[in-house]
Amino acid sequence: MTNSPEETTPSRLTTTDAVDASTGEPPVEPDVLDRDTYDAIREPRSSGRLPLGDGTWHQLARQYVWVQLISTGVLALIVLAAVLLVTFLSHQWWAWIPGGVFLGILAWTMIITPRQARAYGYQLRRDDLVFRRGILWQRVVAVPYGRMQLIDITHGPLDRGFGIAQLKLVTAAASTGVVIPGLKQEAAELLRDTLVDVAEERRTGL
Amino acid sequence: MSEFDHVPPPVASGALRADARAAPELTDGEWHRLHPLTPLFRGGLFLVVIAGLVIANLRDRLVFLFLPWLDEDIDVEIDGEEFRSGDPIDFIIANNLYLVAGLVLLGILLVLIGLFYLSWRFHTFRITGDDVEVRSGVLFRTHRRAPLDRVQGVNLTRPMFARLVGMAKLEVVGAGLDSNVKLEYLSTANAEAVRADILRLASGSRVVAAARADSATLHSTEGANAPGVSRRSAAASVVSAGLTGLISGAEEPVSEPESVVHIPIGRLVASRLLSTSTLWLIAIVVAIIVGSIAGTPWVLFTLIPALIGFGAYWVRTITRSLRYSIAPTSSGGAREQPGGLGRSPSTIRITFGLFTTITEILPPGRVHAVEISQSILWRPAGWWEITVNRLSGRGLADGTNDQFTTVLPVGTRADVERVLRLLLPGLPENEWPLVFEHGILGPKPEDPYTNTPRRARLLRPLSWKRNGFLLLPDALLMRRGAIWRKLAIFPLARLQSIGIEQGPLDRALSVASIRAHTITGRVNGRLAILDRDAALGVFEDAEAAAVTAASSDHSHRWADEDPEASPDAVSVSVENPTAAVPVDGPEQRP
Repeated sequence: MTNSPEETTPSRLTTTDAVDASTGEPPVEPDVLDRDTYDAIREPRSSGRLPLGDGTWHQLARQYVWVQLISTGVLALIVLAAVLLVTFLSHQWWAWIPGGVFLGILAWTMIITPRQARAYGYQLRRDDLVFRRGILWQRVVAVPYGRMQLIDITHGPLDRGFGIAQLKLVTAAASTGVVIPGLKQEAAELLRDTLVDVAEERRTGL
Repeated sequence: MSEFDHVPPPVASGALRADARAAPELTDGEWHRLHPLTPLFRGGLFLVVIAGLVIANLRDRLVFLFLPWLDEDIDVEIDGEEFRSGDPIDFIIANNLYLVAGLVLLGILLVLIGLFYLSWRFHTFRITGDDVEVRSGVLFRTHRRAPLDRVQGVNLTRPMFARLVGMAKLEVVGAGLDSNVKLEYLSTANAEAVRADILRLASGSRVVAAARADSATLHSTEGANAPGVSRRSAAASVVSAGLTGLISGAEEPVSEPESVVHIPIGRLVASRLLSTSTLWLIAIVVAIIVGSIAGTPWVLFTLIPALIGFGAYWVRTITRSLRYSIAPTSSGGAREQPGGLGRSPSTIRITFGLFTTITEILPPGRVHAVEISQSILWRPAGWWEITVNRLSGRGLADGTNDQFTTVLPVGTRADVERVLRLLLPGLPENEWPLVFEHGILGPKPEDPYTNTPRRARLLRPLSWKRNGFLLLPDALLMRRGAIWRKLAIFPLARLQSIGIEQGPLDRALSVASIRAHTITGRVNGRLAILDRDAALGVFEDAEAAAVTAASSDHSHRWADEDPEASPDAVSVSVENPTAAVPVDGPEQRP
């Protein structure tokens, strides 16, 4: 491949793992992906749910919940401050109606964030990546490695502070929509490099 | 075949040599220019706007000039105050500055012509074995390159005015948003030749490539013999080509193949009248009449703009679909290979439009999803429409996207059958009944489709017996709708990914939705309310089948029989020199 000098960096999977994948072995996952993450997928209780199936699910880093809580909390504080300002300075009590609804939504978001974070999962199978999310609205997507067009890593300032990143997987279909938030940064980079290698191996037409 | 585009531009350096596999004429790997009349058509709109501004500003004066008996309200008194109030024409007339004004006008015209000439001169294109490239711009240079193995199709558009002088726009459809490479304009004959060559090169047919390389060397020596004649003969050939184009009207493209479907005009008009927009019109008319009875009768006058609007819409949709033809072609190079027609699939040629004629060439494997649909209004007549999801290479905001999604505007069942066989050549013979009998017309006894379970029928009260899927070895079929009947076909080799979704209501009934993810288009890949286990099964099976289908698919070089010569091999060998630099870099450091 064209990016051979980077292969000497120790933290990344060697290309042979990706090559093995085409001969039938699943890509070897070192525990970088599972360091400091949740260890059980949260599922709906009903028996009619979409089952987990077999294989190991990798999950999000625990710091992701803190990042979400902090950012939502800051937003809630700003809204609260704005509402208080309006009520005390100009005695407009109606400001509590939209403000209260908004604050309620934010509080609800913060309550369900830890549960939601536990419902995220991804699996590296032999030919594809499987991604799942959601408890009330479950969604499972399988993306063949050869279909990945590019892989995007983004991290904001708060993410950097907690050492996590968001990985977005882009295919030619806009509806694929696979975004894995809250990976440890080294896990995200390892995953990106592995996926790019495997995608390069199996590149097909559109 | 004219020679005018062959003058090598000064911007093209000698280093840009012809590729060994390149074709002669315009596709010999050298830089070429577009048709010299291009600026006229491209700048046409600009000139019309300018003319419109001038006419609008000088309206009174023109009226006075041509219709002098209407001049009561035009004040032609000219005095010192009037000059300063700023009518330049009055100023010129008063001061007798006709010569100066004429010179200024001439100067502006010359500058404009010079700018047009420069922009034409710097607008060059090149077609090699691997890419189509276009360079344009004088101050701000743009250089666009589209790899041939990602070509999604080639469109030849002939707007009415350009068609009168025998010119055409060629558009190489790339794989992405706003990724088309446009060659505007070429003479029709040249455009046809360039298109055939692009498709031939893109198909990866090496038999053709070798033959082309031979004739390329022959052609280049021929051209080298007569460098002095080129200018004059070029000019002469421009004129003669323009005249021939005018006389023949360039109406017949080179050897147009016989269409497999003929749409009678009556059926086309009737089908457009029996559309959902008609229901809207009736609703609007009823609302207006009711309004005029209940309120003031003046509301009736709003009928006129509504009728005009709908009339214009109908005329537009009907003229766009007139002269429709769809046919398989062998411009993908299959013709040249002995016995190759049976093995390598052919490209599809779709032509439509009365005034602006568009000819699309769709290479095989560029159709990402097909949908056959029938509204309830069409059911008595037994008409169907076929739409596809394909990459049009245009921006999201481009309004012309829509016309590239409809492959068959209206057709009987037999027409649908013929068109589908063209669009999906890979489907084996024994699977067609599953598409036609059970899919389009179903459900019938012994239905092979997996449908919505009885327990969830309240969520699909009308269509639950029809709402289902069928997984074939190389396609996923989704059947939907009892009133608006639809059948969507997803070739697995084009499936990007697949998803399965379940909401709380679904979970209570133990059902789920599957969703086939393809490129954006009018065909929707979501099929809701399926038994959960069946959905999970098709999720796994379709995914596995999609991986297999994608790995055995090489339709990006569709005429290439040898997988070893796929573009990956080519691109690797091309990229190696650049890749060698970073590899060597660390080793050379002390």
